[in-house]
Amino acid sequence: MISEDVMPAPSTSSIPHVPVDILRFNTCGSVDDGKSTLIGRLLYDSKSLMEDQIEALERSADITGGGQINLANLTDGLRAEREQGITIDVAYRYFATPRRKFIIADTPGHVQYTRNMVTGASNANLSIILVDARTGVIEQSRRHTAIAALLRIPHLVVAVNKMDLVGWSEARFLEIRAQFEEFLPRLDIKDVKFIPMSALNGDNVVDPSPHTPWYVGPTLLGHLETVHIASDWNLNGFRLPVQWVNRPNNPTDQSLHDFRGFSGQIAGGIVRTGQKVIAFPAGIVTTVKQIWTYDGVVTEAFCPQSVTLVLEHDIDISRGSMLVGLDHLPGSHSDLQAEVCWMHPRALQPGKKYYLKHTTHTVQVSVTEIVNRLNLATLDSDEGAAELAMNDIGEIRLRAAKPLVFDGYATNRLTGSFILIEQGTNATVAAGMLLPPREIVKPENGDYVI
Amino acid sequence: MTSYHLDHLQHLETEAIHIMREVAGEFERPALLFSGGKDSICLLRLAEKAFRPSDLPMPLLNVDTGHHFPELNEFRDRRAKQLGAKLIIRTVEDAIKKGIATPAPGEISRNKLQIPTLLAAIEEFRFDCCIGGARRDEEKARAKERFFSFRDAFGQWDPKNQRPEIWNLYNGRLNPGENMRVFPLSNWTEMDVWEYIQREKLEVPNIYFSHRRQAVRRAGQWLPVSDILPPKPTEDVRELVVRVRTIGDIISTGLVESPAITVSDIIAEIAAARVTERGSRADDKASEAAMEDRKKAGYF
Repeated sequence: MISEDVMPAPSTSSIPHVPVDILRFNTCGSVDDGKSTLIGRLLYDSKSLMEDQIEALERSADITGGGQINLANLTDGLRAEREQGITIDVAYRYFATPRRKFIIADTPGHVQYTRNMVTGASNANLSIILVDARTGVIEQSRRHTAIAALLRIPHLVVAVNKMDLVGWSEARFLEIRAQFEEFLPRLDIKDVKFIPMSALNGDNVVDPSPHTPWYVGPTLLGHLETVHIASDWNLNGFRLPVQWVNRPNNPTDQSLHDFRGFSGQIAGGIVRTGQKVIAFPAGIVTTVKQIWTYDGVVTEAFCPQSVTLVLEHDIDISRGSMLVGLDHLPGSHSDLQAEVCWMHPRALQPGKKYYLKHTTHTVQVSVTEIVNRLNLATLDSDEGAAELAMNDIGEIRLRAAKPLVFDGYATNRLTGSFILIEQGTNATVAAGMLLPPREIVKPENGDYVI
Repeated sequence: MTSYHLDHLQHLETEAIHIMREVAGEFERPALLFSGGKDSICLLRLAEKAFRPSDLPMPLLNVDTGHHFPELNEFRDRRAKQLGAKLIIRTVEDAIKKGIATPAPGEISRNKLQIPTLLAAIEEFRFDCCIGGARRDEEKARAKERFFSFRDAFGQWDPKNQRPEIWNLYNGRLNPGENMRVFPLSNWTEMDVWEYIQREKLEVPNIYFSHRRQAVRRAGQWLPVSDILPPKPTEDVRELVVRVRTIGDIISTGLVESPAITVSDIIAEIAAARVTERGSRADDKASEAAMEDRKKAGYF
């Protein structure tokens, strides 16, 4: 809670609006780490809040907050949540600075943390892990960091919050940093930034704090604006999962009469006119004749653009097929191994059939084995788990009714991920990350000529 | 050396096209909700980008409250014709006549009556999916809604029981009677919409631009004077130079005093704005949870 009179009046000057790209990030912390306050502070101090939003905050302050504005009310959106003082699921917030547009996935830290965090973080470029400076690293911090590592989120920020309550002690900040560094080497995370702050008072969130002369790094917003994200997409190995076959069948326009295009979003790599591609599952090599877009024919397109490809040969291709470049080939297997996060109250049952949706391809699978379950508290893998319950993460083996053309998740998020859907209820029950294929397809065997 | 970089609008565009094509791939009878408003104008362009050179694989659907701005309906019909798209219109008036929708005594607003009218249209045409132009930045309830928003057989949204949405994998599976609402513009902001309209050189209804209009002051807003909204003798009525920022019904859409006559003017105005878009919609001001309640009942 902060009183209204300490808040600076929003500036009336307009900010030139030319963001150059989008950074998606999520925030994780346990219930009282000040997560909603941090987001409220980011929005407020970056002048992203409007007068009617501030008015609404003031109205709710009069009713529930004894006249004090609560920045957390900005994100705790639904009435049901405000009454219970919790955050349901994932809420998305948007703001922009002249440098970037930001999409925040605000994921709550209470019981269903794993499921919610996976939902909010799956598309993130960056995760913010909040830690209360008084308590330091707790089990939740390790869990959140482990999930971020599992999802291969490229960048991590550890926001050491409530520094005002530990007297802005550099020693305490370094202590917490050391606590993290004890377990970080066990996780595959390349880029971690530690920032001391007070979200409540706004120190080091948007504006540099006068209380941390010993901290020479950027503020949180400064870091969000400048962290390098251009390489977060995979440009190696062309992949186009076919979403929709584009057949105009136009009886009057002669040029469209024979048009047959394959529409989809490029899930990896670059495609050029004249390039050879393999069409799976047919396994036939053909050539890209034309890259069609509404804005005109182009000679080159790249991930994650949406395009329509016209091919040289008439091959049996439909939704769920995958067009693949000849370099960096994928695997093609029915027996799969993956790490999954279980997201449903009904636990995973080995032997039960599920639908698996991978790219644009949905197949039936059955789970043949639970290899292990990750103990998020110790970061060890427990073998011989009988089931995976809601919020559990574990490694499983699956058998699919048809082969999947895929990459390991570590290589390509889009062609290495899947969801499991329960038959009957159609509930989404799991998020899966495929382990690298045992072997890649080998076109030189001659299996792939037309 | 080519730069393999997409700017923020290109990112939003490819995400939305992907979602449109997932709808075409996964549903048997989808429809696209087209009102003629700025968001659905962007939706239509994205549909062209997703499906050309083919025809749009879905009809356009509009629920006409009978309280629409005439300029909006004129634009809606003309744009549908230009695209060669099939436009289905179902009116609240008809729904009231048929007894599908029943107005509350004394209530002039047709806002809530859109719900039974829409649900009846979905049933009539057996639509299994409706694509809408809602954005998450508009309102708190929408901020928590998925791209693929599952609705039960009564059209209801259950915020506590949404399907997790992970990566770009959308679960569109339904049982009979169930329905999906899909929002490809979920991640767009008001500013993105106008920047896209500018980049794509899209035509929008002229009421978005500055014009002279009789306005009446009511509940802190200027509302357009019309046959269904006649001013009371005691009220402050003026002729003002105004535009609309968001279009709802003619009886609940606040007018903004503005000199903006081009899309660039509008963008500059939004960049400097100090109130949100929905701050000018009387239907959302009814209560803190107005949108949450309507969505739970089957609203867009």
